[in-house]
Amino acid sequence: MEEQSKTIFDRPESLRDVVTHYCPGCTHGIIHRLVAEALDELGLRERTCGVAPVGCSVLCYNYYNCDFLEAPHGRAPALATGFKRLRPDMIVFTYQGDGDLASIGMAEIIHAANRGEKFTTIFVNNAIYGMTGGQMAPTTLEGQITSTCPNGRNLEDVGHPIRVSELLATLATPSYIERVSVHSPMHIIKAKRAIKKAFELQAENKCFTMIEVLSTCPTNWGITPGDSLDWVEKNLLAYYPLGVKKRPDQGDK
Amino acid sequence: MAKILMKGNEAIAEAAIRAGGKHYFCYPITPQTEVAEYLARRMPEVDGVFLQGESEIAVGNMVFGAAATGKRVFTSSSSPGISLMQESLSYIAGAQLPVVILNVMRGGPGLGGILPAQSDYFQAVKGGGHGDYRIICLAPSTIQEAVDLTIEAFYIADKYRNPVMIIADGMIGQMMEPVEFPDEINEPELPPKTWAATGAKGREPNIIKSLYLDPLRLEDNSIVLYKKYEEVKKNEVRFENYKVNKKNKVLIVSYGTMARICQTVIDELEAEDISVGLFRPISLFPYPEAALKEEADRANIKTVLTVEMSMGQMVEDVERVVKGAKPVKFFGRTGGIVPTPDEVKEQIKYLLRSESAKG
Amino acid sequence: MSQYEVTWAGFGGQGVMVAGQLLAYTGIAEGKQIVWIPSYGPEMRGGTAYCTVVVSDRRIGSPIIRFPQAAVVFNRPSFDKFTPTIKPGGLLVVNSSLIDVTTERDDLTEILVPANQMAMEAGSPKVVNIAMLGAFIGACEIVSLDNVKKTLEDKLGKKKDLLGINMKILQAGYDLAKNTIAGRATSES
Repeated sequence: MEEQSKTIFDRPESLRDVVTHYCPGCTHGIIHRLVAEALDELGLRERTCGVAPVGCSVLCYNYYNCDFLEAPHGRAPALATGFKRLRPDMIVFTYQGDGDLASIGMAEIIHAANRGEKFTTIFVNNAIYGMTGGQMAPTTLEGQITSTCPNGRNLEDVGHPIRVSELLATLATPSYIERVSVHSPMHIIKAKRAIKKAFELQAENKCFTMIEVLSTCPTNWGITPGDSLDWVEKNLLAYYPLGVKKRPDQGDK
Repeated sequence: MAKILMKGNEAIAEAAIRAGGKHYFCYPITPQTEVAEYLARRMPEVDGVFLQGESEIAVGNMVFGAAATGKRVFTSSSSPGISLMQESLSYIAGAQLPVVILNVMRGGPGLGGILPAQSDYFQAVKGGGHGDYRIICLAPSTIQEAVDLTIEAFYIADKYRNPVMIIADGMIGQMMEPVEFPDEINEPELPPKTWAATGAKGREPNIIKSLYLDPLRLEDNSIVLYKKYEEVKKNEVRFENYKVNKKNKVLIVSYGTMARICQTVIDELEAEDISVGLFRPISLFPYPEAALKEEADRANIKTVLTVEMSMGQMVEDVERVVKGAKPVKFFGRTGGIVPTPDEVKEQIKYLLRSESAKG
Repeated sequence: MSQYEVTWAGFGGQGVMVAGQLLAYTGIAEGKQIVWIPSYGPEMRGGTAYCTVVVSDRRIGSPIIRFPQAAVVFNRPSFDKFTPTIKPGGLLVVNSSLIDVTTERDDLTEILVPANQMAMEAGSPKVVNIAMLGAFIGACEIVSLDNVKKTLEDKLGKKKDLLGINMKILQAGYDLAKNTIAGRATSES
């Protein structure tokens, strides 16, 4: 009966057969997979170069089965710019967390987006610094407790959390920017669609593309993986509304 | 090819193109902005890449990403901008990528000034960024030499997969001299760049990185770099002697613009029957240690005088090399002041007077 | 000649830098060693703009020239700044259209060139610098007039009208300097 069985679910070719270092309940694994699936389905793996950030996903080059660069903290968009300008025929993506992209790398991402660099940024926003152990991020919510705001984020003191997708959407340069989440199967399906769309647009040499993915950090949020998914639904979604923020044909907003 | 009159900044820019460095990223800063302006015009003509980034931090990292393609990449800046590029230089050295950087030095610290200086010697030669790495550092003293060294720099960078810095100063950048470009550049063959990120088609992925969380692996990487630098020290030493002979009482050690001023000093003192020689390091890393030691050790040399457009940086290397065999003295002006031949002459006469007073 | 240094100074737009470069190009054509050193930075914006050209038979050492053999000054601030720097026995070429004083130094050869008037008469206000260049060459012959003409042809070859005006005023400046020196020689003898 062997010929009647067929594989309906497998590891994408764009991911390596290795165990990741991510904590239980962290959604990096899901996001990695969605990117890998998109590369597979679009047949891009063999001409793709990723750029890894500094943060929890610093080692993501060990998990992807494509060429990779390891950037200094926040500079992935600058590396991607340099690379893509010399190799417009290749597919380039940066994979960055909120500390990397929205704090130390804010200048690099804004200018890359504004130049309309033809690469894709996967921006993983879990509202906290993971790798260094739970410090306040530019996207940490009001009142959210972290090790560097032990009494909760005080807006008077450090300002409001930054909505990066909306911020970048204000730029006049055409781009594709969408915020998605991966805290439920339905959201994961939508996230996959957005990520694939971004790579499609890049493959067409259309515009800068960024998908912001709301993510979890049970370890540093100090709650269970299950509760983390609820926390995303209840808190992150309230402040960071999902949806397409900018389309390439939209122009100035 | 006939000689043409060119500004140093433009000549170096053209040399980069001739050497295949057709991918250039920049941020404006005096006194080297002409490099960017020249290449903004030239790169489209040669099908190259020109991009003005948002900061030197970004530019350094654009160069990092671009170098990962395996193509020849160039950037230029001046002292404060080079400081901002130190992050990327450390990463690029750690990841073993070839890039060529031009530093047209101006006075510091801080915003300093815009006039010529040599006060970035420590930064260029002793590290600059974090970690156990070195930058190969070449210091021209004429525009023709700047052209020749720039062309060589791309080959050296590829050969060792390491950043090479052309370290000039505002004078070299701004002045014009006749230069000649070679009709064709013949380089020894280099191994194929199998390390480049070109897409993992039919091979394992290439990962270009400087991160090794396992200390043994990180130490291994540092040892690989160390061995490479030992090779560099063996093969890439460059220097020039000017009027070095057995009559010299004083040996001047000086590089770049300062060295050519010292040539005038030596010519003028010769007319006064005072014999002085010049040892001019061209490679600042690797430092021409053995050659300098040999010249300084000669019996006729009473004093070694280091002359710099700084408060005294290279002099530490001269002391290190001379190892106390001869007194090592220093003379310098900084902040954009270029010592005049007369000032240096006075210094030498003073040294000789105090030498003879000692008997 | 072993080495000759001349500073060209004026304000932006007077073609000071270009005049120095034309001398430099001609020197190269004559097989001489050349360095052209500009002032740069804030000095580029207003005030005096100047460059120094070193023409030499041998390798040029110091590119920093504090005391040149000659200065060609296009405006009053340049006259005030650079006249005192000229080596004794040196040459001072003065744009007398804009500078209404003459030097009190008696150890210089001073050539007065009404360069702006000459340029207007020649038909282009842009060739002030060429009148000054002609006078400088006439006074010191550091490169030959014929070779300067060749440089001009080389640089302006395609612009025939402009070339004509340039050639004419170059010659006029040259002749003026020659006549000034000859006149002095006659009056002194």
